[in-house]
Amino acid sequence: MNMHSLILRTAGHFLLPLLLLFSVFLLLRGHDEPGGGFIGGLVAAAAIVLYLFSMDIRSARKVLRVDPRDLLGAGMVLAVVSALPAAFLGQAFFTAQWWEFTAPVFGEIKLSTVLVFDIGVYLVVIGSVLTIMLNLAEAED
Amino acid sequence: MNMSVALPVIIPLLAGALSVMFWRSHFAQRALGVLGTGAMLAATVWLLLETWEHGHIVMEMGSWPAPFGIVLVSDMLAAIMVVLSGIIGFATAVYSLSGIGKMSEKFGYYPLLHLLLAGVNGAFLTGDIFNLYVWFEVMLVASFALLILGGERAQMEGAIKYVTLNLLSSMIFLTAIGLTYGLTGTLNMADIGDKLSTVEDTGLITVIAMLYLVAFGVKAAAFPFFFWLPASYHTPKVAVSALFAGLLTKVGVYALFRVFTLIFNQDVDYTHEILLWVAAATMLTGVLGAAAHYEFRRILSFHIISQIGYMIMGLALFTPLALVGGVFYIMHHIIVKANLFLISGITFVMKGTHELKHMGGIYRTNPMLGVLFLIPALSLAGLPPLSGFFAKFIIIRAGIEAEAYWVVAVALVVGLLTLYSMIKIWAEVFWKAQPEGVEDELRDVSSGPMIWMWVPVIMLALMTVAIGLYGEPIYQMAAMSAEQLLDPSQYIEAVLGEARQ
Repeated sequence: MNMHSLILRTAGHFLLPLLLLFSVFLLLRGHDEPGGGFIGGLVAAAAIVLYLFSMDIRSARKVLRVDPRDLLGAGMVLAVVSALPAAFLGQAFFTAQWWEFTAPVFGEIKLSTVLVFDIGVYLVVIGSVLTIMLNLAEAED
Repeated sequence: MNMSVALPVIIPLLAGALSVMFWRSHFAQRALGVLGTGAMLAATVWLLLETWEHGHIVMEMGSWPAPFGIVLVSDMLAAIMVVLSGIIGFATAVYSLSGIGKMSEKFGYYPLLHLLLAGVNGAFLTGDIFNLYVWFEVMLVASFALLILGGERAQMEGAIKYVTLNLLSSMIFLTAIGLTYGLTGTLNMADIGDKLSTVEDTGLITVIAMLYLVAFGVKAAAFPFFFWLPASYHTPKVAVSALFAGLLTKVGVYALFRVFTLIFNQDVDYTHEILLWVAAATMLTGVLGAAAHYEFRRILSFHIISQIGYMIMGLALFTPLALVGGVFYIMHHIIVKANLFLISGITFVMKGTHELKHMGGIYRTNPMLGVLFLIPALSLAGLPPLSGFFAKFIIIRAGIEAEAYWVVAVALVVGLLTLYSMIKIWAEVFWKAQPEGVEDELRDVSSGPMIWMWVPVIMLALMTVAIGLYGEPIYQMAAMSAEQLLDPSQYIEAVLGEARQ
């Protein structure tokens, strides 16, 4: 799998944190503007896949730290759980719940079940894409 | 706010997500399988009771009002269908405890099972035509993955036919949705039904109706779109076959019942006449195919097709009694058919084959299983006092009252042929002596783990007997659903009641 390219390896090292940061930016931006959990998750997965191409499977798994299937499970649970709070307040499932508060440094912060759902989607996309990619890469070895 | 209508979808989604999370532990997945489907069964029974008491139950998901948001709607038909899906889901999960094997569990059998059930229940409960398409796709993805678990050559071959045909049907479905939206400007089924009655171009409506007929006809395995079913249903694990046989095609039948009562009720003489021909051809081809085969699950697969014909016949006659019969038939069929497939799994463990020619003598070694087979088999053929007799009786009586004698004749002949091929299985598998020269490839006949394969079979057989002997409440439920189906204004009022004022 290793491409033995100095340029690719160097670029992969530098791009990985940038792309991951960008994916989080896309995830958070997605509420009102183009972006969201799906796109963000794809960018994050692409960052890891780039790392996989420039290095090898072992280091790709190491940089991910967790098994992609755990990400998949956690993401699905988050997405489903985000539908539930509304039910306890007597509203229909999936009705958005908002909490606003002011934090010292960040100013006004709005949190919502919509964000929880998006984070769930983000994790599901990373988990499923990387489960497929890593398995394919291992099958090729 | 009545939560009961969303729980049959939320519970399997949650159980599926949790069992992906615990993918390392076989025990946790099995426990989640039984507990999740058990909780779902309880929730569906609750929904049925609520619907029985209060009539239509509607929930606007995310509090987006109809007709703009997606609504979940439960009427009697939908509630009955989700209860059946709960029963079959639970039975399959219990059966899987000893019938599915570690390899399938490792490759995600349980999460896929939950996802499939969520898709089935979502399709039954949604009140939005595009959302129905989405649930169909959820089912297709889950069922494709379940179909190839195990990865044998025959499975891949069956799965490719299955997916190709179903994708084609999805494309036609999507086209029909596009045309519907162009004509009415809405995707909410109640709203479509409401608006179509004011549209003047009835020719275009009939064209769209035929597109839906083809799309759902493929899903329901109706004539002439059935050939993917016998090509694929005999290949996967028995538990998966039983689940598919019980539920998947019936989602197509349900969709036909829904759109051809709620939406396309303008030109009944034309559309439902076509449905009647489809029904007759489906019954005949299915049963003739079954008569020609000698593989346990293939015979049963062809019988699914012929039984689908009876259900569509109930819809096509479009009288109150016929719809009662159609709904009753669906209830009886799902339980009986899933049970027959589960029994074929037990005989497979005993004999190591599904070929009738290589089996035999089970009645001598295991008379109990013989009786358990005879109950659903004779019920399928329509012998009193089992559930199938009443189902067939209602439909045929409705056919005579509607003076559609030729369809009645077809239905009666098909009933006889069904009896023939059930007796064929009985004679080959249970009655005749074990053929000489064929060794039992005995697998695992120890009673320890096998017990979980017997429990759901006995449970479903008891239900078959109960429906036959104590059918009055079942009939009442079917009658109430038929009454609601024939008066779509109730459904429209329940969904759009507030919006129209």
